[in-house]
Amino acid sequence: MTVTPEVSRRRFLTYVVAGPTVIAAAKWADASPGLLGGTDMQPIPSAPGPADIHDLNDLLTDATKPTADMITVTVHKDGTASFALPRVESGQGITTSSAMLIAEELDLPVSKVHVTLADARPELQWNQFTAGSNTTISTYTPIRSAAAAAKQQMLLAAARELGLSVDDLRTDQGVVHAPDGRTMTYGALAGLAASSETKQVEVQLAAPSGFKVIGKPHNRIDAHDAVTGRKKYAMDLKVRGALPTMVCRPPTIKGTVKRVRNLAHVKQMLGVTDVAVISTGVAVRARTFGQCIDAIRALKVSWNPGTVDKESDQTLLKELKANELPFGDQTGNPAASVIDESFTFWWKCNSALEPNTAIADVRKTKATIWSSLQSPILTQQEVAKQLGFDTSQVTVHVLQGGGAFGRRMFSDVVLEAVEASQKFGKPVKLMWHRTDEFRAGRVHPMAISHIRATYSGGSVYSFEQRHTSVATDYTMGFGEMMTSSGATTPPNGEGNFLFYSQGVWNLTVNVPYNFGQIDHSLNETRQYDTFHSGSVRNLYNADAAVARELAVDQLAKAMGQSPYAFRKAFLKDAQSVGVLQTAAKAARWGRSMPAGTAQGIAFHSEYHGKIAAVAEIDCRPHTVNRRVHQGVTGPRVTRLVIAVDVGLPVNPRGLEAQMQGGAMDAIGQILTESLHLHNGYFLEGSWDDYYYTRQWNVPKEIRVIVMPPSSDTPGGAGEFPIAVTKSAVACALTRALGKVPREFPINHSDPLPFTPFPTEPPIPQSRRDGLRHTR
Amino acid sequence: MPKHTFKLNGKRVSVDAPDDVRLLWVLRDLLGVTGPKYGCGIEVCKACTSHINGKAFNPCSVPVGQLNAEDEVTTIEGLPKTVGKDLHPMQEAWLEHDVPQCGYCQPGQIMAAVAKVREARRAGREITDADLDEIRNICRCGTYFRLREAIKAGAQHM
Repeated sequence: MTVTPEVSRRRFLTYVVAGPTVIAAAKWADASPGLLGGTDMQPIPSAPGPADIHDLNDLLTDATKPTADMITVTVHKDGTASFALPRVESGQGITTSSAMLIAEELDLPVSKVHVTLADARPELQWNQFTAGSNTTISTYTPIRSAAAAAKQQMLLAAARELGLSVDDLRTDQGVVHAPDGRTMTYGALAGLAASSETKQVEVQLAAPSGFKVIGKPHNRIDAHDAVTGRKKYAMDLKVRGALPTMVCRPPTIKGTVKRVRNLAHVKQMLGVTDVAVISTGVAVRARTFGQCIDAIRALKVSWNPGTVDKESDQTLLKELKANELPFGDQTGNPAASVIDESFTFWWKCNSALEPNTAIADVRKTKATIWSSLQSPILTQQEVAKQLGFDTSQVTVHVLQGGGAFGRRMFSDVVLEAVEASQKFGKPVKLMWHRTDEFRAGRVHPMAISHIRATYSGGSVYSFEQRHTSVATDYTMGFGEMMTSSGATTPPNGEGNFLFYSQGVWNLTVNVPYNFGQIDHSLNETRQYDTFHSGSVRNLYNADAAVARELAVDQLAKAMGQSPYAFRKAFLKDAQSVGVLQTAAKAARWGRSMPAGTAQGIAFHSEYHGKIAAVAEIDCRPHTVNRRVHQGVTGPRVTRLVIAVDVGLPVNPRGLEAQMQGGAMDAIGQILTESLHLHNGYFLEGSWDDYYYTRQWNVPKEIRVIVMPPSSDTPGGAGEFPIAVTKSAVACALTRALGKVPREFPINHSDPLPFTPFPTEPPIPQSRRDGLRHTR
Repeated sequence: MPKHTFKLNGKRVSVDAPDDVRLLWVLRDLLGVTGPKYGCGIEVCKACTSHINGKAFNPCSVPVGQLNAEDEVTTIEGLPKTVGKDLHPMQEAWLEHDVPQCGYCQPGQIMAAVAKVREARRAGREITDADLDEIRNICRCGTYFRLREAIKAGAQHM
């Protein structure tokens, strides 16, 4: 397959596909970034790092290029258009933004565009992987091109029918108008415009200056279904015979079953239909999930040890410190002063609210899967491998997810469901218990981040960062088997580290300031599969950028500058300064604040965009010591302002939602939420142990400023607010407390505020006293 | 197996299940009412929040055998009917403020919000920020800020 280059900036080659109504297909396009220069102090320009020139999103976009012509838009005889998006919607708003792109080019109301999620299609290769905030970046041009081709086909048909030239016609919201007042609807034209052959056509995309939909706030297209309870997730799907199934899991990470001591007894429990040992534990199928829980709690299992039974937080911390790479030799000014800052970032759970769920129906010669998956092609290939099938024998239906955050990149729950379904000879609906999510789910590994910077006079001469982390599993590759094998096949985890961990580090971690010599490197300990690990929203920058911004504040302090003025002086370009200024102004940076409260400011550049945040925090006793039943209070972020420039915002309302939502992750990760590793397992087992942000931690004022378009192409959004908001909150905390926090979340080493659930049985019983708590 | 009878979203339903099975599973697995979501099963995440006789409760923590024939259970599916409209004012406010992201927690959030407003009214007052701080429902997408705005707006039309 060859890629046809862009004809001109807005002209693209597309396809009209043979079919009963208009079907149009389109290819990829390039986006190109740019850079600028500095101000008042005397910044020493830093050479652009790899992430400045070609970042992770460019790589993900490149990966989609050869197969993007598989993206098709269809116009139907009822006047609606449809599109099967080869990505997963799990709250980001990409079905809405994709519908907007199609509506723009087709000139059709958004309500008439139906976006569904495509089944796994292996021919799409790397082009069905939802990750890295890349969906809008990589699909922006092809989706519009396909829609534009569909509209062009209808205009041609209308011109034929009306005996006019295309140039005489105009469209308005699904209707073609002729100068003499005659009209034809898209519905009437859909069949007439159908092509009997597949052929290449050239289209011109709408000019950004004339956009009617793109860039205008639009509510989510699935909001009505969500608020009425009609929106269906894997767990809500009715598949004949797919009875509730759960897994009794080991007491320590990656333990395995030695022997089930009472299999016969549990098989006879009320409602239970099947029990069998699978790779990850003991699977139980029953009439209700409640009866699965009862059976799991009744199982008596002897377990083999796991991979880290002797390990705890402190042993891993020691290990990380021992594996930190040395800093380089100081260069530049030998008389320069040094700041040296080190931080610990504890384990984070990326669990969504909808637990891992998959429906599997494995038959002799075929298997059908339903699940919310970020890498459905890899899932299909892994299922085929597990069953000894060809991929054509495996159908993977991708469902909308109740959150993803990196949790759905791997096929874990699907492979369990497939194994159980095969063993039982029956369909299963396999769901993880919440406690499984914390204790057996994938985590963002703990890390330490050490920064050393040198400065003298008005210049920063060097900025070095040594980030040392327990290995992160990136073996999902680019969501299919070939790139996955590149990570899994080389021995000793080298493929994962060399091709992915280091690659992701180099393509995402950056220093957006003119700090002279920049040197940042990553080291990892353990194999990628020692722990259940994986990507969490914003990858390394969720920690690495926070360490950077905290160090920037310390540099500013040492050099006698305010955190704002310092950043403004050292940021690399005018666009960055503009975003920083916007946030500072809106937040009234520097306003007088009572003792025990403070503002913090931070900046970050990633996903082809720029973002700045100002957080205000209240650390006064009456706030910190608030009491919430089974909750953690502590310092509260009282006000948050975020200014974000994503190039071209497709849906400013969706972007605003992503910023607000990411900020909630950020607040929790700095102040309250972490997992504690203790003798081979995580102590947390519930949302009342793992202190993700709750209403009592939420700022009462949040303002998101979406910067006007600075480009004619969109950047990424989903992960963007994490690093900057975490940084702003951490910097505010430092200023309010008058000392630099050394670990995040700041409460990690406090006495445990909860009593951990036992590890055997592995899940807690549901309560019986709910009627006593009605309100 | 015992038969349980109660009112669900305005209709009388009967279901065969052991007394101890929690109502959430009776609703979801046996009756096919999937608006109330599973998020923890231990009355923590509140994703299954529904109403019993007009008050918020979590069906994950109520054995079905504890229900009486006259108990009225309302899930998100039955909420609009309680006001005789296609949508409850709280749902309208949700749409107005474009609250949902993934949407998974939203049925529980709406049911909790309606009950919270009613609770304040029973105490002879309107909902406050302190009341909002008490809502325990988890939203992993972090729609908390819009939830607060929508609850205040929805309350005005309740």
